[in-house]
Amino acid sequence: MLILAVLRAQVAELSRNRWVLSYTVLLAVLTEALYQLSGSAPRALSGLLNVVLLLVPLVITVFGVVYWHTSREFTELLLAQPLPRRALWCGLYLGLTIPLVLAYAVGITLPLLLHRELTAAIAPLLAMYLLVGTALTLCFAAIALWIGATQDDRLKALGLALGIWFAATVLYDGLVVWFATVYSDWPLEKPMLALMFANPVDLARTVLMLQLDSAALMGYTGAVLANVLGGYRGALATITALALWILLPALAAGRSFVKKDF
Amino acid sequence: MRHSRRWLVIGTALLFSVHGSLAAQSGDTLVHVGKGAPSPSAATIADALRQVARHGQVLVHAGVYAESTLVILKPVRITGKPGAILDGQGARGLVIVNSDSVELRGLTFRNTGSSHTDDRAAVRIFESIACVVAQNRFESTFFALHLQRVDGCIVRENTMQGLAGSQSTTGNGVHVWSSRNVQVEHNTITGHRDGIYFEFSRQASARQNVVTESLRYGLHFMFSDSCAYESNRFVANRSGVAVMYAKHVRIADNLFSDARNSASYGLLLKEINDSQIVGNDFLNNTIAVHLEGANRNHVSGNRFEANGWAMRLLADAQENQIRDNSFFRNVFDLSTNSQSHFSTVRGNYWDRYRGYDLDRDGVGDVPHAPVRLFALVVERAPAALLLVRSAVADALDLLERIAPTLTPATLLDQAPRMRATVRAPSAQLVPARRSNERAP
Repeated sequence: MLILAVLRAQVAELSRNRWVLSYTVLLAVLTEALYQLSGSAPRALSGLLNVVLLLVPLVITVFGVVYWHTSREFTELLLAQPLPRRALWCGLYLGLTIPLVLAYAVGITLPLLLHRELTAAIAPLLAMYLLVGTALTLCFAAIALWIGATQDDRLKALGLALGIWFAATVLYDGLVVWFATVYSDWPLEKPMLALMFANPVDLARTVLMLQLDSAALMGYTGAVLANVLGGYRGALATITALALWILLPALAAGRSFVKKDF
Repeated sequence: MRHSRRWLVIGTALLFSVHGSLAAQSGDTLVHVGKGAPSPSAATIADALRQVARHGQVLVHAGVYAESTLVILKPVRITGKPGAILDGQGARGLVIVNSDSVELRGLTFRNTGSSHTDDRAAVRIFESIACVVAQNRFESTFFALHLQRVDGCIVRENTMQGLAGSQSTTGNGVHVWSSRNVQVEHNTITGHRDGIYFEFSRQASARQNVVTESLRYGLHFMFSDSCAYESNRFVANRSGVAVMYAKHVRIADNLFSDARNSASYGLLLKEINDSQIVGNDFLNNTIAVHLEGANRNHVSGNRFEANGWAMRLLADAQENQIRDNSFFRNVFDLSTNSQSHFSTVRGNYWDRYRGYDLDRDGVGDVPHAPVRLFALVVERAPAALLLVRSAVADALDLLERIAPTLTPATLLDQAPRMRATVRAPSAQLVPARRSNERAP
């Protein structure tokens, strides 16, 4: 019950937060712009790929860290109450993520809804975008809370958040491309797949890309890729991996919150 | 063993035909086959063939005829009424023709079964001139039609349904070997190993055929010079279309689509020289056109849409002219395996082109570099394909566009078009058009 009370308070507060609203509007405007430019919903979603993969982690980590620090006094007040810390953390985490997930879902769905483009044809693709966006939100929110719990210095925390975002979205891929070029004589399909699973952003992109560019992917690397990622087993593997990418940071963050000396 | 028995059959039949040729002068010009058929009639097609005069007609009425393989050694027309079915009962080919001017029309050939020892065909025609195979149905046949050393044969408006299964348990739809002037037109061919296959043939043509779901290639030809392939539709064939070792070939106004597989090509050109690849549509293929050791070809007026690679132009393909094509929504428009190359790419429309046209002459004022840097990365390290949609790939492409260092400097379109020349973006499966309908 207590966790629900905390959750409700957080959700109510964040839903009115202008940053969350701006995030929704930004996503909606981008989706609308891509729709207008490309002229069709599948192409708009295709263009949205890198927006989602870059913007969502950035907004979530930065906002999460800022949120942690602004609500720190409220958190300390709650800590003074006879509440189990774990429940309190769950309330904080879900209170942070639920409005952000809703903001994301509304942001990319609303323009398509207004254009009456929510047809059965794009439903699987849109569902994939919602799933992947939700997973990225949950994952990076947990990372943000972990940063908050371990870094008391606001500036350092923000720097760390940006660093992790940059590493996950740009640096990592750069290294992977470099690795693939240097070791191009080796059979790289399996190591590459492992590398894709080892970064939530890459995993998200691979999952989405299978819905988008399968023509190119069915080229020579395609066989291994299709075997691992295609079909029922592939869906299971990717969903498990995404779940792990939420669970592990969440556990780490919860642990450091429980142990933290405020 | 089976081979020798068949040749024995043919040999015996040859003897009989020589023996019977005098009698045949007085045969009937029209013989009916089937129950309740008007006279003169015969109980079996084989009887009717013996009874009919040279250049006469055998009219097969509705019914299922499971006779032993028919051997035709004189000019004759066999016409099927609706429902006339020749059934091989999964055990044999149906018709063997070794005579000029034989016509097979309106028949249904079915159930040849498959064979690992011979090229069993529903209809085999060898060493003949001017045969016509038209408006027939071939159902569950190993090879549907097998032409060997023929001249001036016409194959049109047939429907061929293969055995499906695997590559080794099915034969080709239309198989043409060492022949001249064969016309294959308006046929629908599904589920064979190769839909249409030409080898060592000259002056052949394939027009307006629809070839789908072949287990290997939709169209496959080798060592077949001076042939024309026009207005065909090759859709969802497992390995696409592969053509090799030929010159003076014309491939025009065809649709190549949905060759999506590892090692699958919309159109693979290997050692094809001095040929025209004009006005074709390439849609949704893993690799739309692959040129390897192909020289002096004109690739123009084609439309490439939503392919993985629109064109792979290897360095051993020289002096090709890539002009007036249109590229839409391909992951890679052009890819190559070398810094140097020896083909001309000019006057194409690229939807990726970001240049401008200040003098409004319809031609962009700055050249377009169609090879993405990331295409070269993938060429060297195919595994990097996983990152094709990443921000890093975009960043690399952007850097390369600003300061080109790695993409082949000579591979530039100096006169990119501002508008597509061919047609407006198409829906799925546009019917192929005749060349004279195309806008100039």
